[in-house]
Amino acid sequence: MHSTPPPEVYVAGVGLTPVGEHWNVSLRELALEAIEAARADAVGLRPQALFAANMLAPVLSGQTHLGVLLADFAGLRGIEASSFEAAGASGGVALRQAYLAVRSGLIDVALVIGVEKVTDRVGPAVEAARSMAGDADHEAVQGLTPAAQAGLLMRRYLHESGAPEDALAGFAVNAHANGLTCEHAFMRRGITVEDYRQAPRQDDPLNLFDVAPLADGAAALLLTRREALPSGGRPGVRVAGSSVATAATALHDQADMLGLSAAEESARRARLQAGVDPDQISLFELHDAYAIFAPLALEAGGFAERGQGWRLAAGGQIGLTGPYPISTFGGSKARGEVGGATGVYQAAEVVLQLQGRAGKNQVAGASTGMAQCLGGAGATAATHIFVAE
Amino acid sequence: MRDVAIYGTGMLQVSEHWDLSIIDLAGRAALEALNDAGLERVDALLVTNMLAACHSTGQLNLGARVADWVGLHGVEAYKVEAACGSGGAGFRSAWLAVASGAIDLALVVGVEKMTETPGPEITAGLATAADADFEVPMGPSFVALNALIMRRYQHEYGWPHEAFAGFSINAHANGARNPLARLQDPITAEDYRKARMVSDPINLLDASPVGDGAAAIVLGPAERVFPGGRRPRVLVAGSAAATDSIAIHDRNAPLRLTAAEKSAAAAYAMAGAGPGDIDVFELHDAFSIMSALSLEACGFAEPGQGPRLGDDGSILPGGRIPVASFGGLKARGHPVGATGVYQLAEVTRQLWGEAGACQIDGARVGLAQNIGGSGATIVTHVLRQA
Amino acid sequence: MEVSRHWRLKQQRYALVGEVCPSCQHKIFPPRDICPDCGEEARTTYQFSGRGEVFSFTTVRNAPTGFEESAPYTVALIKLDEGPMLTAQLTDLGEKPVEIGMPVEMVTRRLRSDGDRGMLVYGYKFRPALKAA
Repeated sequence: MHSTPPPEVYVAGVGLTPVGEHWNVSLRELALEAIEAARADAVGLRPQALFAANMLAPVLSGQTHLGVLLADFAGLRGIEASSFEAAGASGGVALRQAYLAVRSGLIDVALVIGVEKVTDRVGPAVEAARSMAGDADHEAVQGLTPAAQAGLLMRRYLHESGAPEDALAGFAVNAHANGLTCEHAFMRRGITVEDYRQAPRQDDPLNLFDVAPLADGAAALLLTRREALPSGGRPGVRVAGSSVATAATALHDQADMLGLSAAEESARRARLQAGVDPDQISLFELHDAYAIFAPLALEAGGFAERGQGWRLAAGGQIGLTGPYPISTFGGSKARGEVGGATGVYQAAEVVLQLQGRAGKNQVAGASTGMAQCLGGAGATAATHIFVAE
Repeated sequence: MRDVAIYGTGMLQVSEHWDLSIIDLAGRAALEALNDAGLERVDALLVTNMLAACHSTGQLNLGARVADWVGLHGVEAYKVEAACGSGGAGFRSAWLAVASGAIDLALVVGVEKMTETPGPEITAGLATAADADFEVPMGPSFVALNALIMRRYQHEYGWPHEAFAGFSINAHANGARNPLARLQDPITAEDYRKARMVSDPINLLDASPVGDGAAAIVLGPAERVFPGGRRPRVLVAGSAAATDSIAIHDRNAPLRLTAAEKSAAAAYAMAGAGPGDIDVFELHDAFSIMSALSLEACGFAEPGQGPRLGDDGSILPGGRIPVASFGGLKARGHPVGATGVYQLAEVTRQLWGEAGACQIDGARVGLAQNIGGSGATIVTHVLRQA
Repeated sequence: MEVSRHWRLKQQRYALVGEVCPSCQHKIFPPRDICPDCGEEARTTYQFSGRGEVFSFTTVRNAPTGFEESAPYTVALIKLDEGPMLTAQLTDLGEKPVEIGMPVEMVTRRLRSDGDRGMLVYGYKFRPALKAA
């Protein structure tokens, strides 16, 4: 084996399916739709390896072994295929592994497919399944759900920062405003701060608009080396930074739960690799499965001081024309929360922004974008930085 | 890409570990491997597991949980899964990460906790490796799917059931010398003949026992001088993975492991080796039929002739192609998502000359092959003494 | 309970509806949207006759959850007359020993139940062919 410099990694194509309640579409059909769209976008590049991202198929659909299932169903029988899981960060870790595979020089074209199919089951079964992302022995056994974790974080955040009760309203308003014009968004209607204030309480202090709706979705990316990129008018998008970090799974085990240490660490490493400062990032797709994670991720990512992240929303700075655009296609809040597929959606959305293909959701002049997905309540964070060339 | 070496290994006995949780199991194997490598930190932790995600009292995000338990705070961590082929797939992911240069030291930990779940639930969990829409709803257990292959194989090639006895007898004889094996009692041809039928033609001694287990391996760049320097250096010389369709009924050649043929050919090519160079082969003998099919796919026998190697002594220690040298899945045990890591740790110890009573004399090149499902995902590695 | 999932598969489970590839005429069951033979898109439905033969078979004694009350039962790979293979239980066997190559035909039977108050899942099983067609 030779020591040549590792190849730079580029996104050759993206594919997104509309997020929604797809009663008539199965897990494999949903994934195929995204794979076909990404392959068409990459002008037919044939992947040599498939990296599947999923969180809930084993428990909700009785299906492990998704890698080979999807490879076979997509007409790619024979290629290598595996599944990657880190709860809600699964999409980011599968992207990370695909990036490493291309970076190693061994794989020329890698396919990342994130898929989540949740609507075949209802209510308590789904909440129980999502709760498996917490510490099974010391949290889930207490009946603690992801929403309850978010509630604990939000109450403590409001307490420590002294922010008003409706401090997070701006995050939901921004997400819904962006979702309104996003073709693949689940929730396509705007809301006002007044709607937020009057929304019914869920798990106190969360109200309806602090919680992202869980739905079915699939997104795909093709990664390759620069020289294999399909020719065409659009800018190349390079994966400039890639990092995964972890923290304790249980909130009670995290030394500083509001510090979101895994998000901070992975964002720091990704920025270091990419050589960019927070100020140079044109947009940030963060993982707002619950609204509280938006200010926490902004603070951990270096966009706001500790305890001040909520002010960016209240001050209107996170909109498409603001200095720190987030959730530009609606985020989990309005595009829809798609569990293990989230990281792949985010990456695809960043790529669309950097190539000027975001339509009415375009962030003008976007040149550098960051995507970050979270597994559990900040236990795992996968951060990727993309640069347009 | 750069060459990658194995720095350390750790394995727990495959057993009924009532006193250890899945996190304890993984953590102990991880710490043993880190100690073996003389390291306290790695840059990435990959956990391989199949079943913890399958039932609603289970555990997702095992990477973060295990990382925290072993004190690797902040480390990159996640789970790799390809059913019973998870271990091999995770090792390959760790190898790619180190080979790429982006990760310096990687730790792969395979873990499975199977003894505190009721039998039918485990049977249902194992079946999730098959097609959940078109195989599983018809009620075949995982054993049954393999039985379908074995019956047809016997029918087409004319082998009687006793022709497969050699695989189980060899595995049990080797397991009896391995203190980490689940089953440490030798068996005879008579025992095999009389064993209780599970899913005809597969009887209890054709099938591997499940159990709780964890195994771990530390990988790092080959050029480094590492603390285990007293040992011969063991390199990952070849690594490849391939797939066939997930459902047996969709395969063009249901009696051949085409994914094994492809991944073995690619791994041999990368290593510049062939079947004739292999001194020891840890194959995926979840069922005796799989031993025959793997030997055929890896070039040790013609299609349909695998059982001959079980019969003529070729697979014994000292034979032409020793297999299951620590007992294999059949006797060491089959903690499904961890099995692939056990296989690779065992081959490594053979090449280090640290296999104890299971040592194959003069082993310099080893082959490990891990199978997910009934032949759908197959990962093949060639390890070599440098 | 996965009502929508079983509902989606009703055409296959009750009527053995698969596909034929418009490019290479390969008959496909279970259906998939891309032909495994030629890689072209395949979404043209095709009605299978329900006749075939046993390719292999086995008996399940240790049943998975949901199938306990049926154990032991016989599961087979069935090679359909039109070419593709599928996995299904054999039923109505009586005293007749099962053999590889035995002609069989599709019938609709209960596959599994989810407890006393749960959903019943019906679908295809195969029985020995009554009279050769």
